Amino acid sequence: MARMRRATAGIALATTIALLAACSNGGDSPSGDGTTGGGGDKGEKVTISWWHNSNTGDGKVYYDKVAKDFEAANPGVTVEVSAMQHEDMITKLEAAFQAGDAPDIYMERGGGELRDHVNAGITKDISDAAAETIAKLGGSVAGFQVEGKTYALPFSLGVVGFWYNKALFEQAGISAPPATWDEMYAAIDKLKAAGITPLSVGAGEGWPAAHYWYQFALRQCSQDTLVGALSSYDFSDPCFLRAGESLQELLDAEPFNDGFLSTVAQKGPSSASGMLATGKVAIELQGHWEPGVMQGITDELGEDGIGSNLAWFAFPAVSNGDGDPAAQLGGGDAWAVSKDAPDAAVDFAQYLLSDEIQKGFAELDMGLPTNPTASKYVSDAALASLLEVRDAAPFIQLYFDTAFGKAIGDAMNAKIVDLFAGKASPQDIVDATQAAADAEK
Amino acid sequence: MIDVADEATAQMGAPASPATSNPTVPVAGRASARPATGRSAGRRGSGPFRKGLEITLFVAPALALLGLFVVVPIARAVQISFFKWKGYGDFERFVGLDNYRRVLENPEFIEAFQHNMIIVVASIAIQLPLGLAIALLLNRKMRGQGILRTIIFVPYVLSEVIAGVIWYQMFVPNEGIIDTVLSSVGLSGPKQGFTGSLEWALPAVIAVLTWKYLGMAIILFLAGLQGVPEELYEAAQLDGASWWQIQRRVTIPMLGPTLRTWAFLSMIGSLQLFDMVWVLTGGGPANATSTMATFLVQQGTQRSNYGIASAASVILFIVALVMALLYQRFIMNRDNTATVVRRKKVSR
Repeated sequence: MARMRRATAGIALATTIALLAACSNGGDSPSGDGTTGGGGDKGEKVTISWWHNSNTGDGKVYYDKVAKDFEAANPGVTVEVSAMQHEDMITKLEAAFQAGDAPDIYMERGGGELRDHVNAGITKDISDAAAETIAKLGGSVAGFQVEGKTYALPFSLGVVGFWYNKALFEQAGISAPPATWDEMYAAIDKLKAAGITPLSVGAGEGWPAAHYWYQFALRQCSQDTLVGALSSYDFSDPCFLRAGESLQELLDAEPFNDGFLSTVAQKGPSSASGMLATGKVAIELQGHWEPGVMQGITDELGEDGIGSNLAWFAFPAVSNGDGDPAAQLGGGDAWAVSKDAPDAAVDFAQYLLSDEIQKGFAELDMGLPTNPTASKYVSDAALASLLEVRDAAPFIQLYFDTAFGKAIGDAMNAKIVDLFAGKASPQDIVDATQAAADAEK
Repeated sequence: MIDVADEATAQMGAPASPATSNPTVPVAGRASARPATGRSAGRRGSGPFRKGLEITLFVAPALALLGLFVVVPIARAVQISFFKWKGYGDFERFVGLDNYRRVLENPEFIEAFQHNMIIVVASIAIQLPLGLAIALLLNRKMRGQGILRTIIFVPYVLSEVIAGVIWYQMFVPNEGIIDTVLSSVGLSGPKQGFTGSLEWALPAVIAVLTWKYLGMAIILFLAGLQGVPEELYEAAQLDGASWWQIQRRVTIPMLGPTLRTWAFLSMIGSLQLFDMVWVLTGGGPANATSTMATFLVQQGTQRSNYGIASAASVILFIVALVMALLYQRFIMNRDNTATVVRRKKVSR
C-alpha cells in the first residue's frame, strides 16, 4: 500500500514538472528563426511562411509549384506554404494577428480591415521595396493604400454579379440575360414556371445575402453619396432606404432556394455554390471566385459540374436609381507582408505578381489578374466577360463590409439577413448600420 | 496506513468496490460530497508539515492548471471588458462600464439570453421525465439490458461537432433525410427546412440537444438507482406495494439527490451552450437560435468588438454564478443535510 502511495505521488510530481516544462517552453517559439528580420542575403537560410486560399484542384498544385520555383531561384529560401479553405484562413489569420504571429505573406482585402491592421502595426509598408511592381499594377493598388503608402499588392480584382446556367435558361425559354430588374423578374417567373429554383443564396453566412443589399445600394445611390458615406459614416440619404425596399421587393417574389436562411455559401453540394454547380438552381450572385469554388465542389463529388453552361451577367439596373448602372461592386485580394517578415517575403510577393506567375494564374482561371500583361490569358469565357465589365466600370465600390471594417460591416450584414428572414424592415438596416457606425466614432 | 483514496472509491452512488478500496480510507486533499463513500477523520502519525507538503504536492498540478486556464483568462476578460479593443495592439481606449451598458441594451443579447433560458427550462422539462422513465425501465432485469444501455449512451459519447454535422446534414431542406422521410409518408417539413425557419430552428436545436444529452441523464439516474438499498424494495414488496407504488414512493424519493445534481449540471450546460448551436445553425437563422456564448463569439471574432465580447462573457459568468448559487441555496441545500444522515448510516 505504501508503495502505491509513493507511485501516485510520483505521478503527481511528474505531472507538475511536465506542466512547468510546458509553460516555460512557450517562451521561445520555434518559428523565431524563420522570421528574424533582414535575412535576405544570398545563401543565408530563411524560411518564409505563406498562407493562401487556393486549397483545391489545379490552383493548389500551381501555387505549390510557384513556391518550389521561387526556392530554386533563391537558394537558402524555404517557402512554407499553407493552403486553407477561405473561411478557415480568415479565422486563423485573425488568431495569428492577435498572437502577434502573422504569416510572412498573407492575404489582405483592403478597406477598413487593412486600415485596422496598419494602425495596429501588423502590415509592412512596401511602397519602396516593391515600387517597381506597384508602378506596373497602376490604379488597382489604390484600394490597398493607407494615407498614400502601399501595404499590399493586389493579385486579383473582381466584381460581383450573377453567375447563371445557360442550359436552364434555355429550358425556361429565356433568350438573353436580364439587363434591368423588370427583365430579371420576368426571368424569375419563367424559371419558376419551368419548375426551376431561380436563385440560391448562402444567407446562413450573412455576406452572400448582404451583397444583394450592397448591389441595390450601388444602383440606388450615386457615387458621391457612397464615397461620402464611407468617410462621414452618414447613412441618412434616402437612397439607402430605397436599397432595402428594392431588396424587399425581390424577397417578396420568393426567388430563393428552400432553406436559404441556413444555407452556407461555398461548402459542399448543399451550399449555395454547390446548388448552382450541380444544376439545382439557375442563378447565384457571387464574386469572381465562383468558377473555382464550384470546380472544387464538383471535383470532390466526382461529377462534371456545370462546365461550359456557366455564364455571367452584371447586376441589372433599377428603374428609379441615382447610381450608374455600369458601376460595379467588387473587391480584390492582395498579398501583404507582415511587419517583421524577412526581405525575401517582399521578393516573393513581387514574384507572385510577375508577368509569368500572373499568366499562369490567369490561364488556370484562379482569379482576375491585375498585371495588365496577363488579362488576355483568361481562358474562361464567363470570366473574360466579367473582366470586360470590370475594365469598363466607371467606379468599383469595395464590398461594404470590407470597406467599413468588420464592426460596422458585420452589424450591417446581420440586419440584412434579418430582412431576408422577415424580421427587419429596410429602415432597420439603415438604423442598425448608423448605430454601429456611431459606436465606432 | 494508507491515507489516499483512489478513484475507485469515488463512483457516484455506486457501492465502493471492495477489491481496490478500504471503506475507512481518509481522503487527502479533496472533499467528497458523494453518498456511500466512507470517510473518517485523518489518523496519520506524522506531523502536520508532512501532511501540508503532501497536500501541496497533490494540489499543485490542479492549481497550476486552474490558474493558467481559468483564473488568468477570467481576469483577462474582465480587463478587456473595460476597453474598446479591436483584437490587436495595446489597450488604449478605456471606456469604463460602457461595454456592459452596450451589451445589456443590445436586443441581440437579450434575445440570446431568452434562448438560453428557454433551453434551460426545456432541457430539464423534457429530459427529466423522459430520462427517468427510460432509466426505470432499464433498471428492470431484462434481456439485452447492457446493449440497450449502451445504445442510449452512444449519442453522449459522440463528439458535439460530429453530432452537429450529422444533424445539419439530416436537416437540409428537401434533400436531407428528415425531409425525405417526411415526404415519403406524405408530410412536408417547413418550407425553409427545420434549421432555416424562424419558428422551427430553436425547437430543432432542443430536439438535437435532447437526443444528445438524454443518455447522460439516464446513466446518472441508473447510477443513482444502484444506490437505493435493496432492503427498501424488499420491505415495500412485503407490505404488498405494486411496482408503480414502489417507483413512486421509494425509488424516486431516494433518487432525489441524483436528480437535483443532474438538473444542476444540465442548467449550467444549457447556460454555456455553444458548440452544438454553432455547428448546427451558427446561431441563425437571423439569431433565432443564438445563445449568450454565440453572441460573444460573434461580437469577438466576427466583429472584432473584443471589449463588448468580454463584457458579455463576464455577464454570462455572473448569470451562471448567480443561478448556480441560488440553486445550491434553495434546491440542493436539503441534499447536503440528507447525505450527512445517510453517510452516517452507511459508515457505521
